[in-house]
Amino acid sequence: MKVTIDGQSIEVEPGTTILQAARMIGGELVPPAMCYYSKLKGSGGKCRCCLVEVSKGSEADPRPMPKLMASCVTGCMDGMEVNSKSSPRVEEARKSVTEFLLINHPLDCPVCDQAGECDLQNLSFEHGNPKSRFIEEKRTFEPEDIGPNIQLHMNRCILCQRCVQVADQLTDNRVHGVMDRGDHANISTCISKAIDNEFSGNMIDVCPVGALTDKTFRFKSRVWFNKPYNAHRDCDKCCGKTTVWMFGGEIQRVTGRKDVYHEVEEFICNGCRFDHKNVEDWTIEGPREFEKDSVINQNNYTQKLEKVEIATEKLILEGRDKDHKKISMAEIDYNEKIDGNLIDSKKNG
Amino acid sequence: MSTTIQNISLSGRKKEVSHKEMSFLESLYLVAIVKGLWITIRHFFRKKVTIHYPEQVRQMSPVYRGQHMLKRDEQGRENCTACGLCALSCPAEAITMKAAERKADEKHLYREEKYAEIYEINMLRCIFCGLCEEACPKDAIYLTTSKVLVPSNYEREDFIFGKDKLVMPLEMAMKNAQLKNAN
Repeated sequence: MKVTIDGQSIEVEPGTTILQAARMIGGELVPPAMCYYSKLKGSGGKCRCCLVEVSKGSEADPRPMPKLMASCVTGCMDGMEVNSKSSPRVEEARKSVTEFLLINHPLDCPVCDQAGECDLQNLSFEHGNPKSRFIEEKRTFEPEDIGPNIQLHMNRCILCQRCVQVADQLTDNRVHGVMDRGDHANISTCISKAIDNEFSGNMIDVCPVGALTDKTFRFKSRVWFNKPYNAHRDCDKCCGKTTVWMFGGEIQRVTGRKDVYHEVEEFICNGCRFDHKNVEDWTIEGPREFEKDSVINQNNYTQKLEKVEIATEKLILEGRDKDHKKISMAEIDYNEKIDGNLIDSKKNG
Repeated sequence: MSTTIQNISLSGRKKEVSHKEMSFLESLYLVAIVKGLWITIRHFFRKKVTIHYPEQVRQMSPVYRGQHMLKRDEQGRENCTACGLCALSCPAEAITMKAAERKADEKHLYREEKYAEIYEINMLRCIFCGLCEEACPKDAIYLTTSKVLVPSNYEREDFIFGKDKLVMPLEMAMKNAQLKNAN
């Protein structure tokens, strides 16, 4: 079957959706997706971010489809012609969808741990309006504790239901789902039961926003101050292939390896994710590559950094040893200032 | 006529110096002295380039950027949430911070649920460009008009300013709130 998206043609198998075909072509024409996740069955069709214009239905029936179609759930037909990025109608629709998604999303990116790798942030950067027209009060929920490893911020949730599908498909007895309806719909563990399944941590990776974040990484660092490395270890529960996010010599966070569409390549177990934060536990393969315009690129290093040795006196190159300690935060015991006094936060306040 | 290289004026301003004898009037130097004094006296009536510091102070440039300050809001709570954007934007990599979660009994101290437990600016690295102020989404860091940029000191560590030196004093926050209410 031949499909043409934004003027680029590709041969696809029957049963391929437009979004999958667009991802095969790649580049700018790939529609953004907030709820569709290729590794989860039945995902997609909820967020309407991936709307495309079908200007020719198929070879047999060349009439255009009257409405914009959600590309993640619309199958390709032979001879179909699709306009994605090139259509002003699609751009306008995506802008509106972004505005709707942001209606109830709090503006707390400075606090949120997802900032810097957030799909909604990327979406609103590309399609959003810099000014909000929403003057009503945003919907808020009571904070809820759903376990020692995962932090739930229901206010940030956009109800993509990816995490529910993770709970459905990866874990054997689902303890978490969507409660209530309409504006009150929220993700919950039904009876506030802790999620203790071995693969529940993957909800963090699939969450496109900061609604589900790693409690062991909570407020530890910002994403862009960490350096991602590919690492693996022998794990009897999962593949053990992960990305470790390091700050100096310290592993601050472990996640799955995410591809260009921010989908994990393989799901990892909670043991790898939460319990192994020592460098000795991991075999570090090397630094990960990331997108050129990623915020992580601020600390760019795509090649292996090797220390340049110059035959000069060490003091001239690196300064005195005693001056080192405050320059690198890794050495510092954060409960103590350099002069040895404990920090008294009330002293300043 | 052949001209040697010594006779060519390369700058075009070569002058022949005359060794003419001075006349009697010229040898008294009276005219020359009066001429010179005239130039001096003329300057008495010109606009002066100096001012009487410290009684008079020159006007600051509106874009003057002095020492940093971490602001508090009207209720005296710290604005900074340790989002790290100032550190990211800093071209001199002078800013480091460590975030912490606000406890339930600290709501009067910090505005958001996250705050900067440690906030340090290395004043030896800082170039006072003001990009941190521009990047700040929470109106927290400001470059003041303080004339003291960095006080002199002996130890390198003394130039790393922590929250004790950067956070706005509570009295100032209260005064600001009063001023705002009065207006």
